Amino acid sequence: MDLLLNAATVNWSRGQFALTAMYHWIFIPLTIGLALIMAIMETIYVRTGDEKWKNISRFWQKIFGINFAIGIATGIILEFQFGTNWSNYSWFVGDIFGAPLAIEGIFAFFLEATFVTVMFFGWNRVSKGVHLLSTWMVFLGAVLSALWILVANAWMQYPVGMEFNPDTVRNEMVDFWAIALSPVAINKFLHTVFASLAVGSSFVVGVSAWYLLKNRHIDFALKSIKIASIIGLITFLMLAYTGDGSAYEVSQKQPMKLAAMEGLYEGKEGAGLVMIGMLNPGKQTYNDDVDPYVFKLEIPKLLSLLGYRDFNAFVPGIKDIIDGGYTLQDGTTALSFDERKARGELAIKALADYQVAKKAEKEALNRGDSDAASAAASNAANFETILRENYAHFGYGYLETGEDLIPDVPLTFYSFHIMVMIGMYFILFFIVVLFYLYKKDLRKTRWLLYVALWSIPLTYISGQLGWIVAEVGRQPWTIQDILPVKVAASALSPGHVITTFIMFAVIFTVLLIAEITIMVKQIKKGPEEVTTEIGNEK
Amino acid sequence: MITYEFLQKYWWFIMSFMGGLLVFLLFVQGGQSMLASLSRKEDEKKLLVNALGRKWEYTFTTLVVFGGAFFAAFPLFYSTSFGGAYWVWMIMLFSFVLQAVSYEFQSKPGNIFGPTTYRVLLFLNGLIGTFLLGIIVASFFTGSEFTVGKGNIAGLGESGIVISQWQNPMMGLELLGNFRNISLGLAVLFLARTLASLFFLNRLDHKILVERSRKFVLYNGVPFVVFFLVFLVWTLLADGYAVNSQTSDVYLEEMKYLNNFIEMPIVGILFVLGVVTVLYGIINTVVNPKFKKGIWFSGVGTVVTVTMLLLVSGLNNTAYYPSSVDLQSSLTIFNSSSSYFTLSVMSVVSLFVPVIIAYIVYAWGSLEKKKLGLEELDTDGHSY
Repeated sequence: MDLLLNAATVNWSRGQFALTAMYHWIFIPLTIGLALIMAIMETIYVRTGDEKWKNISRFWQKIFGINFAIGIATGIILEFQFGTNWSNYSWFVGDIFGAPLAIEGIFAFFLEATFVTVMFFGWNRVSKGVHLLSTWMVFLGAVLSALWILVANAWMQYPVGMEFNPDTVRNEMVDFWAIALSPVAINKFLHTVFASLAVGSSFVVGVSAWYLLKNRHIDFALKSIKIASIIGLITFLMLAYTGDGSAYEVSQKQPMKLAAMEGLYEGKEGAGLVMIGMLNPGKQTYNDDVDPYVFKLEIPKLLSLLGYRDFNAFVPGIKDIIDGGYTLQDGTTALSFDERKARGELAIKALADYQVAKKAEKEALNRGDSDAASAAASNAANFETILRENYAHFGYGYLETGEDLIPDVPLTFYSFHIMVMIGMYFILFFIVVLFYLYKKDLRKTRWLLYVALWSIPLTYISGQLGWIVAEVGRQPWTIQDILPVKVAASALSPGHVITTFIMFAVIFTVLLIAEITIMVKQIKKGPEEVTTEIGNEK
Repeated sequence: MITYEFLQKYWWFIMSFMGGLLVFLLFVQGGQSMLASLSRKEDEKKLLVNALGRKWEYTFTTLVVFGGAFFAAFPLFYSTSFGGAYWVWMIMLFSFVLQAVSYEFQSKPGNIFGPTTYRVLLFLNGLIGTFLLGIIVASFFTGSEFTVGKGNIAGLGESGIVISQWQNPMMGLELLGNFRNISLGLAVLFLARTLASLFFLNRLDHKILVERSRKFVLYNGVPFVVFFLVFLVWTLLADGYAVNSQTSDVYLEEMKYLNNFIEMPIVGILFVLGVVTVLYGIINTVVNPKFKKGIWFSGVGTVVTVTMLLLVSGLNNTAYYPSSVDLQSSLTIFNSSSSYFTLSVMSVVSLFVPVIIAYIVYAWGSLEKKKLGLEELDTDGHSY
């Protein structure tokens, strides 16, 4: 295919999207996590009337406010970037993708924006009950927002509920519920929301541990740890459960991503799950017969079990997916990349021919030549048939070689494994924290308090790594099998995108520094000072 | 049976209405652009920031939802305008990024840049956000330089694979070279400042600021009226982008937008009523020293006027996002909309909008029971 987009434009557009998404994801998990924690704390206050709980929830609300603003700031660019930098994408799938985004705005953003104002300013202007409701609505709004954006993201990874329309040259929605309730969407939503609660709970435990280390605000800190560590333990157990669900869905729908996550080049029956391993930098191509690992420690057959719920199932590797020929779950034989590319090219050509035929039909009708119009219509129908028969491979027609199908294996592999290790660590961490909280004296266990403090960055890292697995692992696709990134971008010269990339990189970094400084200062001031500073209340 | 055409028109109405709401809510930006000029002392500045700070998220959210709704209902506009008029959108959005943190960060301890920096950022957002939105809306009437070829993605395009292609290398900045665009940009800026003055006048419990706001209604209302009239008269008399209902061909028609007002009399009458209501709010505030409800008149008038103006740009066989370099690439509500199914789904979603409006009204009302004075900044639990 000639006239493809400038590679630099595509790469910088990807870079800009990754930059804004990763910055956004620094702040959003804490927003969702803190929203739940402070809502629970305020509920305890309303139920018990204990002012201490009110002060606790207000302190975390203050921290929430600092974090919330910058989350919004990074979010607005994400939404509009689909149009500014991914113009072809916006038309090609906008009929499906736009709807969840709009629903997110209508249902979630207004809920958040409205009730966050009541939550911040309403302590003396609305009743206790209404204020509590507002705090819960802020949490609900944040979760609903996550739901719809993840429905949209899941659809890109597993496009369902659609049909291609050759007249409008786009994919059109035919089943809303298939999109909204796809298993990939549900799993992604749950996994991401629990990941957010993980950040919130480890943040609250870590900050509270710092107070205990400083021997300040002891009651506040212990109460906060109590709530957050219970949420934390439940959350990380749920993360393990939904993570398993995610891995299963990836195996079924994105086998190449799974192969990259595991560094699996040669498929096999009864494949083991790599617990820890180091990839061989000497491996240059997928079929050079070089061992992909320097070393690895794996649990036998576990990958087959996780991916296919069968100890002996065949898990295709990168080479298998490119070469084809293995038996798929439905009993059919997997096509090779070359076969899929040929069928993709056939589909693209059929679309072009269809367009030309329809234009000819229209022109013939305009000049009153019914025979020519009829012949053109017949041609168009034939091309449409060819297009539909091969549409499942449409995106392959834009790719050059089998290598194009392979995502960045080391980045995906290490991101996945480090993420899992951090998750496992936190399950242990929260068990230990709860043990010392209820059975021993947590205040005197200084090593654990230090561990809690220094564990805060780990949840952020694992969240970022999770997104790297999800997004880098699905390359080269924006829409799985349908639209590769190199066809999805806008017709911009690289200079424009590089300039906006630098603009956003600088401003987000500056704002992040400002945010961290303000937050650290606020934490150092502590809950009592914050409450006093807020002023007298009725 | 609800027809596809009905849904396309319904969604154009919703977009127009949301556009009207957005322009009204830009009073927040207008207020931000006056922080330095309207206030003299630090506590006055603080009061203004806090009055706006309780509303900024409504404007921000409306802008985001406006974008999302355009994506869902008219995706070809999303891919054409955003991907083409790249710099206008990017600069505008950049200013909103700056705004989003400026309220929360400016008075916090540990703020490394100082409150003045954030107030400058609010000023920039106030200036840029309003002006550039006006520029973009004006381009709905004046046109932009782009082509659309849906077959491009299948290799039929001569200039590349991208369906929507901007033909001016300035990627949107060239829109600033059109005085008609600039006149609407300035009109929106001064309207936002006028509405902000009316808002302060109505909401603040601060004698000096209230008196000063009344003067600012005049200072900003006059340039608003002048620039708006320039844009309006010019547009009514100019050629417009009409669509042949039989062939869907786009062509230039003399005084198309004036004709639209005449041929859609309800729209025309409501537009006139909207303008009169805006003017009533402004004039009565200026001449009557006791009148403080101008924001309600001018606010409602703004929503109605802008809604009608946008309706005129897209209904009655009109191309709402015209291409000045290739008429047939122009976007109409028919060739740029989502499918029947998607518009139907979104229409069901839109039935929930009254619920959303109801809780917004409730929340707004519950926070506005008493006016905002310096004392409330200390007792409301959160201040900027």
